[in-house]
Amino acid sequence: MTTSTMDVELAVPEAYWTRARKTGAVMIVLGLLATILFGALASSENARFALGENVSGAGFDIPGTAGAILFGLVALAAGAALLVTGKHFGVLTGVALMGFIISALCWQMSVSPVSHIMPLGFIAAATFTAAIPLIFGSLGGVLCERSGVVNVAIEGQLLTGAFFGALFGTLTGSFWLGLLAAAIGGALLSAILAVFAIKYLVDQVVVGIVLNVFAGGLTAFFYEQVMRPDTDAYNFPGKVPSWPIPGLVDIPIIGPALFNGNIFSYGSLIAVAVITIALFRTRWGLRTRAVGEHPAAADTVGIRVLGLRYANVLIAGLVAGFGGAYFSMLSTTGFSKYMVSGAGFIALAAMIFGRWHPVGAFFASLFFGFFGALTGFLTSISSPIPSQFLSMLPYVATIFAVAGLVGRVRAPAADGKPYVKG
Amino acid sequence: MTSHEPIEAEPGATAASPDKGPAQPTPGVDQYHVDPSLPAAGVEERHDQAERQPKHRAPAPEEGKRSFGRTFREELWANNNFTVTLLAIVLALICGGVLMVIGNAEVRDQWQYLLYQPGKTIGDTWAFVSTAYTDMFKGAVVNPDTVNRWYWNMTTWQQVFYPISETLTNAAPLIFTGLAVAVPFRAGLFNIGGQGQAIMGAIGGGTVGLALSLPAIVQVPLGVLAGALLGGLWGYLVGILKARTGAHEVILTIMLNNIAFLFLGWFILQQGIKDPARSDAISKPIQESGRLPQLIPDPLLRANLAIVLAVLAAAGVAWLLKRGRFGFELRAVGHNPHAAATAGIKVGTTVALTMALAGALAGLGGTSVALGTAPALTVDMLGQIGFNGILVALLGRVRPWGVVGAGLLFGALQAGGNAMQTFSGVSVELVGVIQALIVLFVAAPALVKAIYRLRRSPAAAAQAGLAKG
Repeated sequence: MTTSTMDVELAVPEAYWTRARKTGAVMIVLGLLATILFGALASSENARFALGENVSGAGFDIPGTAGAILFGLVALAAGAALLVTGKHFGVLTGVALMGFIISALCWQMSVSPVSHIMPLGFIAAATFTAAIPLIFGSLGGVLCERSGVVNVAIEGQLLTGAFFGALFGTLTGSFWLGLLAAAIGGALLSAILAVFAIKYLVDQVVVGIVLNVFAGGLTAFFYEQVMRPDTDAYNFPGKVPSWPIPGLVDIPIIGPALFNGNIFSYGSLIAVAVITIALFRTRWGLRTRAVGEHPAAADTVGIRVLGLRYANVLIAGLVAGFGGAYFSMLSTTGFSKYMVSGAGFIALAAMIFGRWHPVGAFFASLFFGFFGALTGFLTSISSPIPSQFLSMLPYVATIFAVAGLVGRVRAPAADGKPYVKG
Repeated sequence: MTSHEPIEAEPGATAASPDKGPAQPTPGVDQYHVDPSLPAAGVEERHDQAERQPKHRAPAPEEGKRSFGRTFREELWANNNFTVTLLAIVLALICGGVLMVIGNAEVRDQWQYLLYQPGKTIGDTWAFVSTAYTDMFKGAVVNPDTVNRWYWNMTTWQQVFYPISETLTNAAPLIFTGLAVAVPFRAGLFNIGGQGQAIMGAIGGGTVGLALSLPAIVQVPLGVLAGALLGGLWGYLVGILKARTGAHEVILTIMLNNIAFLFLGWFILQQGIKDPARSDAISKPIQESGRLPQLIPDPLLRANLAIVLAVLAAAGVAWLLKRGRFGFELRAVGHNPHAAATAGIKVGTTVALTMALAGALAGLGGTSVALGTAPALTVDMLGQIGFNGILVALLGRVRPWGVVGAGLLFGALQAGGNAMQTFSGVSVELVGVIQALIVLFVAAPALVKAIYRLRRSPAAAAQAGLAKG
């Protein structure tokens, strides 16, 4: 609402202090912090980065103090370059952040009383595993919102998928049918969203929020009434099998993450590729984007706006529901109530952070997954940094993103606006 | 009827623009913008009316001749707020009954014999569902058996008021968090951050309650103030970011909810807060001098000052929105920020202060739990009161007295749900489903209208006629 009023103020041309330069200044501060503070706090012990999935095996050592200072300087230099040139925003920001994180790691690992070794392969695998449900959820969001329907119900779709996967996976005794049921479950919840948002023109954020409560209550109710009294008959879907790709698994660092996967990890990569191509290279994708940006214009050239929106919302439900099965069929065996616990909202953040683009959403999900993995690792080496604050980082980053401090994000123009012909 | 009167009594925003077309998106609104004049799907309602206009005779000219009784009878089964709300509740309860049957193995199995023993199947089902709902009523309002036993001196009078006390106890935080959604809604802001603001409020109030040892007359107000202040700051953060940068408040509040939740998890582990006698994550118990006083000092009746404060807060908000200068600015910004800015209202300041007010209200909700019913601070002490507050606000059609009514209804459902779980074995989780369904149906009046084949409201038609003429 008030955006446009304030856009006027914001739109005053900034002669020198562009977004890149401001970020550069922030990165310089971070770099200084890393160089001086982390350098001073780190000990002379080596921080060892092992390439494999466990702490033994090949790796490289970085002396704690030297590493903290060196990578702090890297962050400083990248920030300075960004400030001076104001160009290469993405690359330089990435390098600066990377330097800052490695500097912090050198400090933390060198002073850790438990272990000085970080298994990179394990971190990579944990990152990707944590990101899988976020990838599916944010793809569901992208599909919905690109066609102009706000999807706040990702949480509910994931939860319904988890429930359906566990229930029908157990009843049929086949994880394939369980996965199919999970996708259909997500689509069923999506169908309610579609009917209320598109046919009855109810505010889409309102429907999404209400559907989250609805899905949470419904699955919890049937969990208590049906699943809990008889777990073996209704809530024992078994784990999906792991399909390592021989040879590729042994690639250092990324091998265990990418090629020791299962249907969810391979599926998420395929889904990102397929949805990216479909959205930007096919007739359907062009129409979807047209409907999301300017439905009246799309209608004028004969595109069925409402039909396309229905279809997209349902497909989004299929994708998110499939991803929801991750919770009940991979990360644990069996459904438990409210097990998604906020992942849907992080997926929503990942979608916005990824600027409503499938590939962006994929990397944003990995970014959030990385902080999850890092939190786990630092807790395991009994770091003095409270794990809660590390877990907050993705949310803080998202606030910075939507507040325009790290570059402005823009939603599809007709996102959230019901279309009425006339 | 209680919820009917305030809706009619406050024409305020809703009646102001009945001729505003549904297909004209306001320029410059972002995608999460909510139309403050139309809680839920008023748009659809009007759109529908406009379409149907030719089929109905304009009743406006007859208005003078119509007797009150006839108007009342026609309104009763027409498409007005009160009837739609009532029918939405009925519809949600019917759906809840169906779910109960599906969720109960014995009754579900009985349906296999529907063709052999139709009478028994229907009878069993009816007995099961009606018993569950009766238990719900007994746990939420009054249990006739207890009244009877009290009459024969077999039980205390406190037992008679126990269900009402539980309902009021559950309703108080929901009214606060409902108001925290309703107020910004009127300014065109959708506050999903009630949960986070309530958590910060619980931290503020709870810390005062457990750390200080002052006379109750000082410590209780201090705790309440601390809760409102911390919640208000959490809301103000959203408002100032929205005003300065134009970021979506929906996204900001979702993120701040998670941050507040994690912060609470860290906070209760800190020295001086954590209970040293316990190994699990729980704070020291709230001191007796910091607790909100109970309305009736009796261990059985938990209802405390929170419900009084909640009703007072609703009254204050109602006054503010209707008569207060800030309330006027808030509604003006909600209707049209550009016009408001042209008229000299500082839009950014209004947005920031509105969110601060909302945060303070939600913070009071959190405080009312921390100092009212929770023994100590824990991670899940608040449950989902922030999100349920959204439902309460929508059901109350974002009007202060509507929120009070909706909060009481939800509180009653919660209290009754607990009783239903104890006596009929139907999980209390069903309450969440029923609550969501009620709001879903209320949000889509066209659906309820179609299901029940409601007539068009004569009063609304008259209004529309006047507006057009």
